Amino acid sequence: MSLTVTDLKVYYRTLKGEVKALDGISFSVADNEILGLAGESGCGKTTLGKGLIRMDGRMKHIGGTVELDGETLPIGDDARMNPYRFHKVSLIPQYSMSAMNPTRKIGKMVGELVRSRGVKLDRDELHARLDQVSLPREVLDRYPIELSGGMKQRMVMVISTLLNPSLLIADEITSALDVSTQKAVAKALVGFRDAGFVKSMIFITHDISLTYQIADTIMVMYAGKLAEKAPAHTIVSAPRHPYAQLLINSLPEVGVRYADKRLSGIPGSPPSLLDPPSGCRFRDRCPLAFAKCAEEEPPAVEVEPDHFVACWKA
Amino acid sequence: MLELHDVTKVYKVGAFGGKTMTAVDGVSFDVGTGEVVSLIGESGSGKTTIGRMILGLTSLTSGSITLDGAPVKPGKAYYRSVQGVFQDPFSSYNPVFKADRVLRMIKEQYFPSVPDWDDRVEEALAAVRLNPGQVLDKFPHQLSGGQLQRLLIARALLLEIKLLVADEITSMLDASTRIDVLNLLADLKARGLGVLYITHDLSLGNYLAERTVVLRHGTVVEMGLTEKVFGDPLHPYTRQLLSAVPRLGSPWEEAAPADGCLYHQKGATGRLLAADEGHFVACAGLDDCGGPAA
Amino acid sequence: MTTIDTALPQTPTAVRREALYFALRNGKLLVGLGVILILLGTAVIGPVLLGRAANDYVGLPMQSPSSEYWFGTNTFGQDIFVQFVYGLRTTFEVGALGGGIAAVIGMAVGFIAGYRGGMVDEVLNMLTNIILVIPTLAVLLIINAYLGIRSVGVQALFIGLTSWPWAARAIRAQTFSLRTRDFVDLARLSGMPSRKIILREIAPNMSSYLFMTFILLFGGSILIASSLDFIGLGPTEGVSLGLMLQNAHQWSALHLGLWWWFIPPGAGITAVVGALYVANVGLDEVFNPKLRET
Repeated sequence: MSLTVTDLKVYYRTLKGEVKALDGISFSVADNEILGLAGESGCGKTTLGKGLIRMDGRMKHIGGTVELDGETLPIGDDARMNPYRFHKVSLIPQYSMSAMNPTRKIGKMVGELVRSRGVKLDRDELHARLDQVSLPREVLDRYPIELSGGMKQRMVMVISTLLNPSLLIADEITSALDVSTQKAVAKALVGFRDAGFVKSMIFITHDISLTYQIADTIMVMYAGKLAEKAPAHTIVSAPRHPYAQLLINSLPEVGVRYADKRLSGIPGSPPSLLDPPSGCRFRDRCPLAFAKCAEEEPPAVEVEPDHFVACWKA
Repeated sequence: MLELHDVTKVYKVGAFGGKTMTAVDGVSFDVGTGEVVSLIGESGSGKTTIGRMILGLTSLTSGSITLDGAPVKPGKAYYRSVQGVFQDPFSSYNPVFKADRVLRMIKEQYFPSVPDWDDRVEEALAAVRLNPGQVLDKFPHQLSGGQLQRLLIARALLLEIKLLVADEITSMLDASTRIDVLNLLADLKARGLGVLYITHDLSLGNYLAERTVVLRHGTVVEMGLTEKVFGDPLHPYTRQLLSAVPRLGSPWEEAAPADGCLYHQKGATGRLLAADEGHFVACAGLDDCGGPAA
Repeated sequence: MTTIDTALPQTPTAVRREALYFALRNGKLLVGLGVILILLGTAVIGPVLLGRAANDYVGLPMQSPSSEYWFGTNTFGQDIFVQFVYGLRTTFEVGALGGGIAAVIGMAVGFIAGYRGGMVDEVLNMLTNIILVIPTLAVLLIINAYLGIRSVGVQALFIGLTSWPWAARAIRAQTFSLRTRDFVDLARLSGMPSRKIILREIAPNMSSYLFMTFILLFGGSILIASSLDFIGLGPTEGVSLGLMLQNAHQWSALHLGLWWWFIPPGAGITAVVGALYVANVGLDEVFNPKLRET
């Protein structure tokens, strides 16, 4: 087991109170596994990604543990977490387009960055990895502004994985890209895993169709909780959680026409996480909800091997 | 109803406007009454510029855009027939005012003394399935993206428009609310409205539109009935786009190779040729390009 | 969300009432405004209540502050408190008039240049830059000395006509970025004329910014006027805080230990400018609904 997260709780401090963005989530990611993390805005997926590597000032680690390769990560402690970053856990942020220093040539910046982590830059290795994502080596002599969005994204991918981290977190890295670039970037991620540059990966996106293309396992989150986690094809072909079912049914596919098959969304909106309702957090929007859903929170149960569902009706 | 003829937009760029950049290059298509046409393109394809030109927010360099035969003339009369909804719902509302101000603006400009205004508002809100109590008298940041976009559509309905230009209106919405906004656009057809749906997302365009126009670098590469463009894509670029769309249940496959078509070679502007009825494709017309012969 | 909030009456007054609600709970605004109102009240009502002219000789020279002469007397036996009250009045006049003129010109130039862009922008920008590089104080010195016009009004006019450029530039830049926002396009799609769009869509978004600009211009006018007074180019009639400082300096108040002669006018200038600034920070919080929430 590469990554094991147990009952992790991360809250945001606001003036109005604590926003329970991540409220007790448990899952694990195996070696060589790509976990796709899907859900709507505000479901806690970005909080989870950030929580595993760097909490910002407003985030607070309330409880739960994160274990990576048998070691417990001190995620609540910014200073103690530092040695793990980049070496063991690495993140490609949502806006990595702007994550590169615009005044430095890329090659120079990479050198400085790696040195700041106390490692010597292996040029040949760097070149090999540029080849892997089909970037010309000349990009090292250019400034970030001279690269297109897709190239920047791939460059950041190369930089983040240079020290062969055990876990790579990719947060919405393709959402600003065109479809063809998106495909290239997503395929490059899979290539990194296949080449062994990273052991396991969490791929965060709101686009389930995209996750399906590259993830081995998909985890659907709702309102700070796990709704369903299963192998990618199972989630797509036979989802058990009503939220996952409705979400997947609301996706238009190429070939599906309004006139032939009218899709529908999920009525209502997610609950406020300042003061989440008791019981199941999806029950207000759920067509299957019954009395028990309001009284008791459904635990995530393994209904079949590697298939977890948090629903009383599943 | 709406006709674009050879529309071109050239921007001056660089110091003192010394260089030029052609954003839209000789685009012609039309949108009929009660029809949804989707305009599909990646970033930099000129799709948003075309939308803005139809709305009169950007001027044309050459060519013409006409509505029922009359050229676009930005002003009160024109905006009574043509309205737009934009990508970012939060930027579409003035943050210092309440959201329903967009409706009041319509009243002020067009119907200053309509006695049954509140009824009309209620009717328009009902048409976009909004509950007046939930959206009126709220600040934009108190509403969800889906609510804000639907409120903008309601605003357009108050004017009894003929054409709605919807520029990426669902790209910032969550999947579970996105489809409801799309269905709403489709329902507008029943009211006899024409909709130009501008998007980068092929599956959304495909879901909604009768006809599809595929843009690349400011030119139309393929257009026609949606089932033909998507079902039997002829242009290599369309094929490449379609193959890159992630689909549930079927893994990515490689695009069919782009045979020797000149479309990607420099200088090939690509005339639109009729491949079959209601299906046009840009092609240099060479025998070996895989497209229809000239 | 199925809860239906209790609907507030949907009137423009509700919006204003809400702003007032937050204004009354903002400490910075209340403190700043309080200080300004006290000083303004003193300046307006003070001279009436005192019933004396500013430069009357009332008693013994060089008296330290006492119950009879609150701020003491100067070397001529003039009551410094009376002078202070009259000086404060002049100071507010110069600030309001000079700052007001500069603000009006700066806003007009900034809004038009920023919203129109293109040629209009370039011409106005050139004008702004020309005024900006003119050494203002030197010109004021020459004009003042040459024309010998020494009334408060003319002094304020000169200050107003020369101190607007930086405000125009700042407002232009803000307008430039606001003009590309979708809500401005939406206002255009509602058939609103440019003038209305500037006044009702763009300006309210930078209302606190405009207010701050006015405050800085107001304060700047006071400081320039004080400098002119201090070097002996102030109004020949009446008294101002700057003139008091000049007199105190000229008659060696510092060496004679007459601290009550120069502290009050100095503190007065500081208090007016400082209080305006604090009030502005508070206003920003009141007007910006987003700052309120968090």
